[in-house]
Amino acid sequence: MMQQHNSKNTSGWAAAALALALLQGCATGPQANPADPLEPFNRSVYRFNEGLDRAVLKPVATAYRDVTPQPVRTGVTNFFENLADVWSFVNNVLQGRATEAGDSLFRVTTNTLWGVGGIFDVASALNIPKHKEDFGQTLGVWGLNAGPYVVLPVFGPSSVRDTAGLAVDMQGSVLSQTDNVPVRNSLSGLRLVDTRANLLDAGNLLDQAALDKYAFIRDAYLQRRQSQIKGGDAGNERQPEERFDLPEAAPAASAPNPQ
Amino acid sequence: MNRRNFAHWLASSLGLALLAGAPVAHAAADEAPDALIRRVSTEVLDAIKADKAIQAGEMNRVLALVDTKVMPNVNFTRMTASAVGRSWRQATPEQKARLQQEFKTLLIRTYSGALSQVNDQKLNIKPLRAAPEDTEVTVRTEVIGRGEPAQLDYRMEKTPTGWKIYDLNVLGVWLVETYRTQFAQEISAKGVDGLIASMAQRNQTNAAGGSGNGGKS
Repeated sequence: MMQQHNSKNTSGWAAAALALALLQGCATGPQANPADPLEPFNRSVYRFNEGLDRAVLKPVATAYRDVTPQPVRTGVTNFFENLADVWSFVNNVLQGRATEAGDSLFRVTTNTLWGVGGIFDVASALNIPKHKEDFGQTLGVWGLNAGPYVVLPVFGPSSVRDTAGLAVDMQGSVLSQTDNVPVRNSLSGLRLVDTRANLLDAGNLLDQAALDKYAFIRDAYLQRRQSQIKGGDAGNERQPEERFDLPEAAPAASAPNPQ
Repeated sequence: MNRRNFAHWLASSLGLALLAGAPVAHAAADEAPDALIRRVSTEVLDAIKADKAIQAGEMNRVLALVDTKVMPNVNFTRMTASAVGRSWRQATPEQKARLQQEFKTLLIRTYSGALSQVNDQKLNIKPLRAAPEDTEVTVRTEVIGRGEPAQLDYRMEKTPTGWKIYDLNVLGVWLVETYRTQFAQEISAKGVDGLIASMAQRNQTNAAGGSGNGGKS
């Protein structure tokens, strides 16, 4: 009886265990990053994601790239981008960006009609600019703070706000409106592989650039989201920072130039 | 006598040419920051397009290009000091030199892999929002290729030898800020020498594994 009761509540237990893990994961001490109170928990999810990528995603994406010809891959990317433009249109409207919403709508209609259902990106050839917006950004524009940094399984870097946004993104995406489950799942899988394959050329840039890849990705993600929400103006109103190089400024100005 | 005169004339005209070179360098000091970005970007892009070895990410050629075209316009000391933070003040001159050297190698080696992606991109420089007396400006540009334009901004300071870049922003992410936390972690765990060692090790790993890394994964 007890056991049956327990198994029925597995999901409840999983949620409780996760909450406990989150609580235990709270970082303390001098190394704690105020933007990342869940760091220990996040790091373990990050390691899981890295392992998943190494074992499954990257090999599959590499095989996909090696097997399919470039025009097919471009068509696949364009198809999903066209679907994404529909959602960008909705979010631009929600953010009150009239021009951007108009561009997005124009892109969707052009690419769907003349680009054969979005396979060809006619709109870009016509210089209709793309304005990618998701619901996390919309929430940010509406004034919601990002909250703590969160690393999601499979999806990767996020924040509390952007996780809520992602849930809405998934409900709102054209793909989720498809009733045929096998078609929907295959398309979701293909989109994941397509996204990963497009990142193959970026390659191990992050592996090479970072001393601590986790911190590098976190700091870059938080900055980039902030900049996206502020429309690329982030940093213009920054406060002046201490010049640690100044006492030796005289020889420093052009020190390392062999010329 | 004639020959001697000629040598004299040659020497003096060479000297004159060198002196004449000085005003040219001086003119560069008056170059507006956005004009400087436009000139340097054009020079670098042209050099990359013309050189297959650079596109393939061959380190010696990339280093030469960066040293001749880019570094004279960068205050790399300020850039490194800003990433290192407070500990910079306590560092010895030798440590400072090592920090800059390893940081520079790290950045160049990382981004040289991306050079194979350069083909028909165009640079759009946005109107400069700055007063004439400003000594610090942000030059905002975007790289227009396929898809969405890529944001690429530069923070610059006015120096007696012209405007110098001290930070850059790729797609909304400031370079120095992204390294600051990682550097602080290393320094608090292992000190400045520990940071130097970590960067040197990362560079060695990159050199060992990344020599043929011309855009492939």
